[in-house]
Amino acid sequence: MKSAVVVFPGINRERDMARTLKLISGGEPVMVWHAETSLPAGTDLVVIPGGFSYGDYLRCGAIAARAPIMDAVRAHAGRGGLVLAVCNGFQIACEAGLLPGVLMRNAQLKFICRDIFLKVERSDTPFTRGYNAGQVIRVPTAHGEGNYVADADTIARLEGDGRVAFRYTAPDGSVDPQWNFNGSTNAIAGILSERGNVLGMMPHPENHVEASIGSTDGRGLFAGLSDHFRQAA
Amino acid sequence: MKARVTVTLKSGVLDPQGKAIEGALKSLGVSGVASVRQGKVFDIEIEGGDKAHAEAALKEAAEKLLANTVIENYRIEVL
Repeated sequence: MKSAVVVFPGINRERDMARTLKLISGGEPVMVWHAETSLPAGTDLVVIPGGFSYGDYLRCGAIAARAPIMDAVRAHAGRGGLVLAVCNGFQIACEAGLLPGVLMRNAQLKFICRDIFLKVERSDTPFTRGYNAGQVIRVPTAHGEGNYVADADTIARLEGDGRVAFRYTAPDGSVDPQWNFNGSTNAIAGILSERGNVLGMMPHPENHVEASIGSTDGRGLFAGLSDHFRQAA
Repeated sequence: MKARVTVTLKSGVLDPQGKAIEGALKSLGVSGVASVRQGKVFDIEIEGGDKAHAEAALKEAAEKLLANTVIENYRIEVL
């Protein structure tokens, strides 16, 4: 799996992401600066990591979404290439038009940094094949603006087409407003693009991949991606 | 030429920041506040004196960057 991690000014989770990609896929990802206009030849997976690109000025992800490298990322996605967008990356992907909707201020207006539970809605995507459908995983989250909002038609389309990848749930997998800590519509934590090749999610699976941290629940996402490309090769 | 672009949330979009400000104003005892919606104002200096050009440039700026038209409306004023 040849992966490229896009780096914007103010991003701070790119090294966690690169470390995880190397740990699980064995291949060293290429770090691509935002001012570049092309991705390395043969890139399988583009990752837009988390952080605070441009200090969240204007709107989260708004300025990064207009960076020169994003045309190349859009072209990669347009060819059916895989894009994983985490946290600020999810906000950037929405602002860049790679995914529908927008991430608004958390309903309680608080920055929330703790472990949360996610239900994996389906296992038949390159991103979630390392899990079972319905499986609940525990991963960390750290954001102030992760409240997923879209118009009613978009939500109906996402739900109807099975494009909700992850949902915030209780540890037993039940949807409960108490566990939907940021107020997202339908407790949506992660969504897929129309063709299923772009995944945006707020929580950080890259931070739960080693037993020494206390959980390896994030591993399935990266192991699944790695298997996907190994099989394709 | 001086211009102003005002960006506001579309009606129906939840505005927790506006709600928090509304609550604070009420707790300060400011009377008659029914509701608050928070927005953004951009004061922009446009080169040259062509008003039509300025309006076109501001529209482009608002559509491409200043507003997220999924959730926000914008208003352009050439002052």
